[in-house]
Amino acid sequence: MLWAKNLLFGGVVLGGVIGLGANLLPPPPPKGAALHDAGLYRDANFRKTVDGVDAAFQAQWDEGGAKVAEPASDLQIARRLSLGLMGTVPSLEEIRQFESLPADERLPWWIEHILHDARTSDYFAERLARSYVGTEDGPFLLYRRRRFTTWLADEIRHNRPYDGTVRELIAGRGLWTDNPATNFVSVTSRPEMGNQPDAVRLAGRVTRAFLGLRIDCAQCHNHPFAAWKQDDFESLSAFFGQTHVGFAGIQDGPGEYQVDDKKREVMRTVQPKFPFSPELLPTDGTRRQQLAAWVTHPKNPYFARATVNRIWAFLCGQPLQSPVDNLEPEGATGTGGSALHPAIAILADDFVANGYDLHRLIRIIASTKVYRHDSASEHEVTEAEEKAWAIFPLTRLRPEQVAGGLLQASSIRTIDADTHIAWRLLRATQQNDFVKRYGDSGEDEFDGRGGTIPQRLLLMNGELIREKIKDSPFNASTRLRIQAPTEHASVEAAYLGVLTRRPTPAERAHFERFLADPALPKSQRFEDLFWTLLNSTEFSWNH
Amino acid sequence: MEPLTRRTFVRTATLAGATWLTPVGHMLARAAEAKPKLGATAKSVIVLWMQGGPSQLETFDPHPGKNISGGSKAIDTKLKGVKLGEGFGRLADQMEHISLVRSVMSKEGDHERGTTTIKSGYRPDPTVVYPSLGAIACHELPAAGCDIPRHVSILSSQWPARGGFLGDGFDAFRTDDPAGPVPDTQSFLVPTRDTDRLKHLDVVESAFAKGRTRRVGATLHKETVADARKMMSSEQLKAFDVSKEPLALRKQYGDTPFGRGCLAARRLIEVGVRCVEVNLAGWDTHANNHAFHATQLKVLDPAFAALIADLRERKLLDSTIVLCAGEFGRTPRMNPLGGRDHWPGGFSIAIAGGGIRGGQVIGETDPEGKAEVKDPVEVGDLHATILKSLGIDYEKVSQTPIGRTVKFAEGEPIAKLLKG
Repeated sequence: MLWAKNLLFGGVVLGGVIGLGANLLPPPPPKGAALHDAGLYRDANFRKTVDGVDAAFQAQWDEGGAKVAEPASDLQIARRLSLGLMGTVPSLEEIRQFESLPADERLPWWIEHILHDARTSDYFAERLARSYVGTEDGPFLLYRRRRFTTWLADEIRHNRPYDGTVRELIAGRGLWTDNPATNFVSVTSRPEMGNQPDAVRLAGRVTRAFLGLRIDCAQCHNHPFAAWKQDDFESLSAFFGQTHVGFAGIQDGPGEYQVDDKKREVMRTVQPKFPFSPELLPTDGTRRQQLAAWVTHPKNPYFARATVNRIWAFLCGQPLQSPVDNLEPEGATGTGGSALHPAIAILADDFVANGYDLHRLIRIIASTKVYRHDSASEHEVTEAEEKAWAIFPLTRLRPEQVAGGLLQASSIRTIDADTHIAWRLLRATQQNDFVKRYGDSGEDEFDGRGGTIPQRLLLMNGELIREKIKDSPFNASTRLRIQAPTEHASVEAAYLGVLTRRPTPAERAHFERFLADPALPKSQRFEDLFWTLLNSTEFSWNH
Repeated sequence: MEPLTRRTFVRTATLAGATWLTPVGHMLARAAEAKPKLGATAKSVIVLWMQGGPSQLETFDPHPGKNISGGSKAIDTKLKGVKLGEGFGRLADQMEHISLVRSVMSKEGDHERGTTTIKSGYRPDPTVVYPSLGAIACHELPAAGCDIPRHVSILSSQWPARGGFLGDGFDAFRTDDPAGPVPDTQSFLVPTRDTDRLKHLDVVESAFAKGRTRRVGATLHKETVADARKMMSSEQLKAFDVSKEPLALRKQYGDTPFGRGCLAARRLIEVGVRCVEVNLAGWDTHANNHAFHATQLKVLDPAFAALIADLRERKLLDSTIVLCAGEFGRTPRMNPLGGRDHWPGGFSIAIAGGGIRGGQVIGETDPEGKAEVKDPVEVGDLHATILKSLGIDYEKVSQTPIGRTVKFAEGEPIAKLLKG
């Protein structure tokens, strides 16, 4: 019987090895041409919205006498899309695929290609999560951020209607491990208050993230000019007043919402009430379900506007209306916002009419003139023209985008979900370390700050950059050195891989001469070329 | 051949820099300073950050023999009637220069939110990130020939001091144990290759600036690269290197990362750095509170005491505020695991130097852990006190990016702590 045992043991070991091998080195999946439907972009309904947005901007430019920038190159637009949606730059491999298509199919293909890529859902989920739950670690045991973002990524990947996702966030019940949406509530649990969720913080999140309003500024006091009063905010918070944390997770129960009235030194009961449009209130459901229905009601204009403005900001680097969470309430002034841009209303109407389809919204924004014009111009652009989006804005990339770009640019092949898991794990660790040192910009996403000295030091001398440009068979610099037939081809490939463009004649001449110069060992010449491109302004900015 | 050249270069550069730390250098660094405001004696701040939240009962506010002490002991100090937790033997000798606030009131019992509150003087607010003390000091006081970052965080925690609405440029520069090199500051290239890279960079920069001249100029990318390079070649960078200090002194600070951090902090202050934060983690004692505190004090006591003595000896204590604080205190009641939990309402900090009156004790907690604290001090009051000592108008109003106006500190200086 011993031989049978040995055989069994051998079989188990072999099975283990095969299993491990299959996990670590999966066979490359077949690379079919990604599905894309160019007809989608010609659809009359779709065009109507795009043309409407274009016309709204045109009217603005005509009125202000703004000179408008020329259209950008397809590659430039591809880079924007890539950074905005996936948080990285296109790979050289992808650029080759892109350029092999007929000119009018390139961008439609690219948009579909990245909309269906796991990099997009992961990155998008992370960015949305910042406005929903912030970046904090949250209460121990009661909060699972990772579960939350994974769930959110899944919603995005399957393009589930956005209003449904938001209703689940606001009104979801159960355990944070089991129903990840409930982490939206549990992140506000206060250990010092028996882990009960913080209705005030929740109401603040809801108004900012989903309605683009800062009603919570009225939390502490009535502002003389603001449209919202302290009562508005208190009665909005009361919608979370029956929400509790228990053994079964986030649940709703009876009870009233009470606030500590500091002036009168008593606890005061506050009834839930909406600050506007009370007629949209449904009559049944828990208080949170009522709130969720009201927030996402097609007749509540703020929900779609806030979403449109935020998605615009992800794609363009800056919100159409600043700040991203402070859209002007109609008829009010002095809250720090500015009058609503007509394009927001057009995009929001389309979003509501088409079932809160995020992918469609992204396709529409990516098809507008504003999204597709150049960030450079022949004439010296005025600040007024810049403000009116007559030219595409320059925006500093977020730390994850810089890290993602650096990791992709130093590899010829695409680093995506098809990449071996060991490689992806390594990439995630390297990216996290880099982001930590580069300085995470946290929740305050779009405030246009300049670069810092530690960031420069990190890109000039940091470990990651040394690792990624050194002589190694995994690095693009080495592979170009060995495989590219001429200096001409090397320079072009390096520019495409790092900056997603071809070099200008002057750049080409300079670097071809440098790569041919025997004064330095060849590997060092390639290292220097990549170092230079990665340290340019162009690499660290969206444009 | 080539690696040898590099190594030789680095070695030569190190040798050349060994003789830099002279009083002349210090004078030069401070020469450009504006005349300090009346009554302002402090020029810089060292924050000893106790990450995790130390227990006031085993550090600066012991109640030996009482129920809430949970059996922890206390020792007498040079200040009559003022006791410290057992394990502060060396700090006890310095107490005439140090003051305690035993009644700090915060409202945040979460590590991250508490940290933000104590470091910035404001509770976290989703509309704005408030700048920390060090950022305000760097923003308000002149740069004075300092080539290296003026705001430094040694052994940086997850939540280092931030520039907030004053700008990322005022964020603390993060470094690790001073036993190692300052991260990312060495180029490892032969100088010729280094300058060639800059020439290459110019080629790419001018291609990108075409058609975007003004806007690319506004990114300040070029200036930031230049500043980073200035820092890389600065002699002042050597202030991070404590191995140049006499062995005896290093021993006094303690042969620990935190001890070296405190010594580096003193060296950094000498070359013109405004604010150094030195982090000591490990205070989050939900279990075995007493044992963990005893271990922590073995690190904190020598470093804190040596820092005060060293600054005094060099006549720097009058111009340097030393603040020792964590994000909150710990519960008077011990939990079943022999630990203490988070306690933001009534805990202790220690403060010394820079025009702060020594030997004072502000506030009092109830020995039974029941009654409210006496003479409560809000976090904003603490900030106002420190800013005032630095000669900064703590009531100065700034505009946040969304147009709200806020004061540097919401509170009033603690009169008892300020020298007349």
